[in-house]
Amino acid sequence: MKALQRIGLYALVLLVVLYAVFPFYWAIVTSLKTGSSLFKVDWIPPQPSLENYATVLREESFLQSVINSVIVASTTSLLALGISILSSYSLARIPFRGRSLILLTILSVSMFPQIAVLSGMFELIRWMGLYNTLTGLSFCYLILVLPFTVWVMRGFMKAIPKELEEAAILDGCGPWRIVSRVFFPLIRPALATTGLLAFIAAWNEFLFALTFTLSSDKRTVPVAIAMLSGGSQYELPWGNIMAASVLVTLPLVVLVLVFQRHIVSGLTSGAVKG
Amino acid sequence: METTLPNSIAQDIARASFGSRLWNFFRYSRVFWAWLFLAPTIVTLLIVAGRPLLGTFILSFTDAQLLTLKEASFVGLKNYIAVLSDPDWWIAVRNTVTFSTASVVLETVLGLAIALVLNAEFRGRALLRAAVLIPWAIPTVISAKMWTWMYNDMYGVVNAAFLAFGWIDSPVAWLSSSDTAMAALIAVDVWKTTPFMALLILAGLQLISKDVYEAARIDSDSKARVFWSITLPLLKPTIVVAVIFRALDALRVFDLFYVLTGNKVDTGTVTIYARQRLMEFQEFGLGSAASVLIFLFIGAFTLVYLWLSRPKGEQA
Repeated sequence: MKALQRIGLYALVLLVVLYAVFPFYWAIVTSLKTGSSLFKVDWIPPQPSLENYATVLREESFLQSVINSVIVASTTSLLALGISILSSYSLARIPFRGRSLILLTILSVSMFPQIAVLSGMFELIRWMGLYNTLTGLSFCYLILVLPFTVWVMRGFMKAIPKELEEAAILDGCGPWRIVSRVFFPLIRPALATTGLLAFIAAWNEFLFALTFTLSSDKRTVPVAIAMLSGGSQYELPWGNIMAASVLVTLPLVVLVLVFQRHIVSGLTSGAVKG
Repeated sequence: METTLPNSIAQDIARASFGSRLWNFFRYSRVFWAWLFLAPTIVTLLIVAGRPLLGTFILSFTDAQLLTLKEASFVGLKNYIAVLSDPDWWIAVRNTVTFSTASVVLETVLGLAIALVLNAEFRGRALLRAAVLIPWAIPTVISAKMWTWMYNDMYGVVNAAFLAFGWIDSPVAWLSSSDTAMAALIAVDVWKTTPFMALLILAGLQLISKDVYEAARIDSDSKARVFWSITLPLLKPTIVVAVIFRALDALRVFDLFYVLTGNKVDTGTVTIYARQRLMEFQEFGLGSAASVLIFLFIGAFTLVYLWLSRPKGEQA
């Protein structure tokens, strides 16, 4: 009976793993096929070739979109981290009137449907002269990233033992020195995790990127890949699309696997502990 | 945590002149610093969230067009009436609600089942956790492209597999008819988010103390009873939070539909509808009105859901 349960458990685990990983595996298989073998279902490519990758990497607009995405995602996440270190300290450590109101407001901003701000944001971005610029995108991604980073960092800040802070106060540290000298070094690992999550969120965003850019040299990766299309469904260069997809996903997958333990704790700290 | 100043500093402050007392107030008043630290966040949120939301709201009462935003004039509720009497809007509402309900229910039930299994200690748990993070890490647009290819009616692997298993007789163009397209879209969403749901619920499960189960075992309750009367109630707060985050995501879905089925009316969501009015038909007033309606609907949903799932102690 025990052995049977074990087997059942492992079968289920195997099934879940297969289900989770298969589409990505299939994208890799497709990206290694060329010519007519693309249109046959083979579980392993018969003559693996890197031709699709070479084609994609020769394409300037694709490389440009990767650079754009890196610029936009890192600017946004660095900005959001910088701002939220300060505010998450206040929200985690200092009792003051109106704190729960502010927390509630920040939480509700993260619940905004993006479409609700789309036309207002368009108006604002155009008024600021940032339409079709990477600066404009980094700017408007703050609405997606900032509430999240504040929330997650607050969770990390709350977990720091209060004795440390009290000792710093006894040594005559004001709040600024507590944050910069005591808390900042302690939460550096948490900063890396939160920054990575923010980076992924910005890297993956589509609606704003699609709406607030016009020319192909300002596109981010998701938009560039969505726009890769031929005349009809049957002319789509599937080998190239899959190669491009694998290229931009692989770094993310590697990062996620490296940081997985931290990511799970970072994401669940907001949701489970409230 | 209220922190009191050490005596020596308090005495210093008392002895100091007005100028240095003011200086010390700013230096040591924690409430002052709290607001100072919050200021950048508040200002940023006012600019990137408050202003655009207000902008959408104002635009929704005007006849603004994409190219003539500044010359718009007030038209009252005309846009709202136009949206609410548009059959396409109601198709979009129906699609959004169907999609959200089906995917969130499936994800929660499957996620709970997987989490319960994973709560057992076994070798290779780390591998599993790593594997389930993969669908989550892949950008939605890219997973949508991957699935479009897998759903391809002539060369897709889904048709090949289903034909091999004998589940279908001839290849199906999954994304062409609106019924199969909806099912196909839900399947992609379930693929993308169930694993993650399982991880969230698993984290909640691991917070439940082992003693509770020990006690139940001594009372020799059946496994089913332990689940229904101990595990599930203790897990409820976690599930409530997980469901609301998933539902909010599902209700505003855009990327998946945009890439997999394009701008088609019969498989459009409310977000697709609003964006199409805004950017393609360039009717900024009308699109903004639709956006405001979506905002109000999701806000109302959130409030009702939170009210319904509030802890029992607070009723009465």
